[in-house]
Amino acid sequence: MATQLRINGKDVEVTAPPDTPLLWVLRDEIGLTGTKFGCGVASCGACTVHVDGEPTRSCVLPVEAVAGAEITTIDAVNGTVAEAVQKAWRELDVVQCGYCQSGQIMSAIGLLSQNPSPTDQDIDDAMSGNACRCATYHRIRAAIHRAADTLEG
Amino acid sequence: MTLSTTLQTSRRSFLKGSAALAGATLVVGYRADGALAAADTAADLNPFVRIEPDGTVVAIVKHFEMGQGTTTGLTTLIAEELDADWARVVPEFAPANSEIYGNLFFGGQGTGGSTAMANSFMQYRQAAAGARAVLMQAAAEAWGVSPGEVTIEGGVLKAGGKSAHFGEFAAAAAALPVPAEAPVKSPEQFRLIGKDGLPRKDSSAKTDGTAIFAMDVKLPGMVYAVVLTPPKFGGLLTGFDASGASEVPGFLDARPLADNSGLAVYATGTWAAIQAREAISAEWDFSGAETRSTDALMAYHEGLLDEPQYVVRGDEGVAEAIGGAARTIEAEFRFPFLAHASMEPLNCVVEPTEGGVRFHDGCQFPGIVQPTIGHLLGVDPAKVEVVTVYAGGSFGRRATPKADYHVQAALAFQAWGGDAPVKMVWTREDDMRGGYYRPMAAHRARIGLDADGRIAGWDHRLAVKSILKGSPFEAMIENGVDATSVEGIGDTHYALPAMSVGLTDAEYGVPVLWWRSVGHTHTAYTMETLMDMAAEAAGADPVEFRLGYLPGDDADQRRLAGVLKLAAEKAGWGSAPEGRFQGVAVHKSFNTYVAEVVEISLADGAVKVEKVTCAVDCGIAVNPDVIRAQMEGGIGYGLGAVMRNTITLTDGEVDQWNFPDYEPLRMSDMPDIEVHIVASDEAPTGVGEPGVPPVGPALANAIYAATGTRVTTLPMTESGVSFA
Repeated sequence: MATQLRINGKDVEVTAPPDTPLLWVLRDEIGLTGTKFGCGVASCGACTVHVDGEPTRSCVLPVEAVAGAEITTIDAVNGTVAEAVQKAWRELDVVQCGYCQSGQIMSAIGLLSQNPSPTDQDIDDAMSGNACRCATYHRIRAAIHRAADTLEG
Repeated sequence: MTLSTTLQTSRRSFLKGSAALAGATLVVGYRADGALAAADTAADLNPFVRIEPDGTVVAIVKHFEMGQGTTTGLTTLIAEELDADWARVVPEFAPANSEIYGNLFFGGQGTGGSTAMANSFMQYRQAAAGARAVLMQAAAEAWGVSPGEVTIEGGVLKAGGKSAHFGEFAAAAAALPVPAEAPVKSPEQFRLIGKDGLPRKDSSAKTDGTAIFAMDVKLPGMVYAVVLTPPKFGGLLTGFDASGASEVPGFLDARPLADNSGLAVYATGTWAAIQAREAISAEWDFSGAETRSTDALMAYHEGLLDEPQYVVRGDEGVAEAIGGAARTIEAEFRFPFLAHASMEPLNCVVEPTEGGVRFHDGCQFPGIVQPTIGHLLGVDPAKVEVVTVYAGGSFGRRATPKADYHVQAALAFQAWGGDAPVKMVWTREDDMRGGYYRPMAAHRARIGLDADGRIAGWDHRLAVKSILKGSPFEAMIENGVDATSVEGIGDTHYALPAMSVGLTDAEYGVPVLWWRSVGHTHTAYTMETLMDMAAEAAGADPVEFRLGYLPGDDADQRRLAGVLKLAAEKAGWGSAPEGRFQGVAVHKSFNTYVAEVVEISLADGAVKVEKVTCAVDCGIAVNPDVIRAQMEGGIGYGLGAVMRNTITLTDGEVDQWNFPDYEPLRMSDMPDIEVHIVASDEAPTGVGEPGVPPVGPALANAIYAATGTRVTTLPMTESGVSFA
């Protein structure tokens, strides 16, 4: 029942049943705990990872559906966009409790990779699936703009 | 903070528990008479400051971090008095020990009531000043100079051309007696307190996935458990059929909790445990359960308003003043149950230790967990260790006086046999339906105004379930009145000539709890909506009208008036752009004064919250940016709730399951926010909660300004308000 996955640039064989959501394989089997469990129904975005570069909710994504895909998690995400986003997050001290921020950052990287200079409306559209109960939205929006400015150079 | 820090905390708590008692005795003396003493481990200068050999300063943080910024705030106090290099001061969570790390405002170790900074402000500064004194003396002795010649700058000790970092004198300093009254800085000497530009200590780990929450803890041999709980509060397990779960790969077993409050379902992973629980059926005894619906409960609350049970405030002549009034205002308010719905569903890990247990938990009340679990499991409370890790939010939910989720985890640990670590995880549905809600509430007010539009009399009644009754904090109830039910009304700072406030405790079987700003969540809403109604009846401007009742007779009135004027000025009160409508509210909670002006627009009848201008007076602003963040977050948390959140019950069962039917505030709902901090040299007060209370009534008042509709039943969507 093993499934072959490619996670953070490495081939990984996992033994969880093929219908197990990727989230739990990442967290419990592989030990990549940066990706969070928030709702289990793709409603809060805490579990967001990149599948072939696309922000994707891993809590409702069976591992069998992503065999062979390039999966990237917060634990290893890198590149100029990721660096700009994480730097902006730190400069603006976006985080509070921090539990949702892995997902927020993965969504923000996805947004800026597609759209290097998003408007507020673009940000609302791309980020409204990521809930933050600390309501750090004000700073998330500012940090995305700042990262965009950095990338524009 | 990383896992290695967590492990360090664990090791430290072991040392504390096993070392000779001499160190502990000395630190008990610290609390009793304010004297400081060096501890028994070489580089521990006192219970709050440790110096590593490389000169790193470790601030031992006695309060947990749920995002409110305590790992930054308490660390700032240590860094300030030591004149340390900010980059080389790191926070570390304290072990569970109420004698050393108790909250000075309520005894046991715990975080709540927006007290972390307020109770720690002098304690941490004095601790660091003591550390500074022994470090300087140790340097002076080594260098053959007088201590007065030694200076510290950026974490470097200097005298007569010599210099050294703290680590070089840590061992020598730890052997010195700490002066009883090491001087702390005067405010004009502050280099860090009150300054912007200090990065949060938790930013880095929380932006790269390395921050460890209890949900992330994995121990060797650990078993995962979810608990099947009764669908009605107070139900008891009478039977179950787990045969369907045997098909689930990874399922281990299902066992009743010792008190029959639920069935623990064990598996080799979280997902397997969740799947197995789905396949199990159970039977329940509901004879002691709450079986009413929220409609019936609200009708019951409203009935309680006729004959108040307790007198909270009973001025003479209220009935006469209202009876003879030129105009009267009457209103009733209804508030729903609210779930805290932190992003991290509740969970913790319990592992066996020699003669006790160790919790891995984002622990808000170690001082409750230790005795509660000690009693439950029959172990010495001191042998209930707590490794505090980051908490993925709380908003009050983790501060349960009964340690509800710790008890459930301990029972699951016990039922498994007590010899292996058990990680108990709640799903979002467990979290949403697990109770301990902000209690529902009903208010009724009658206000009489005289011919000049002045308030002559105010009769206010409310019915709400007591949070304190039946809890370890019950002794705080005075003359029957649970202050957390009425705070913000009976003790209003408005100069009202005649006011009566009556309270009735509602009784029902749904557990209730403090929810970010507690009673102020409903009392500020009623008070500030009523003040707006009175202003309108008087034909007065809402800001001017309020200021008329804040004449400046005492500091509370002056500080309330101060934030009200500041918020009004910064918001451009009274001169909103075309198509914008403003509402205002001002409230004191947790000794902090906050005014907020909400500005909205309407599009096809739907409300869009455009902007919130906030003014806050919290005394000395230790970390201004953390204060701004807490105001922003409090505003967002309060907004989402008053807009559309409610927990309802049908025949005792919670109707909401997950975020889709308890929709959190989203990015697209978030208004622009401006926060203005009043300069002050008063002692610092809390900021975690006080941003919440004014936003609801300020929004309600803006909606009235825009539509002429008074919203008195929450959430607003239940009153016919739609949001863009």
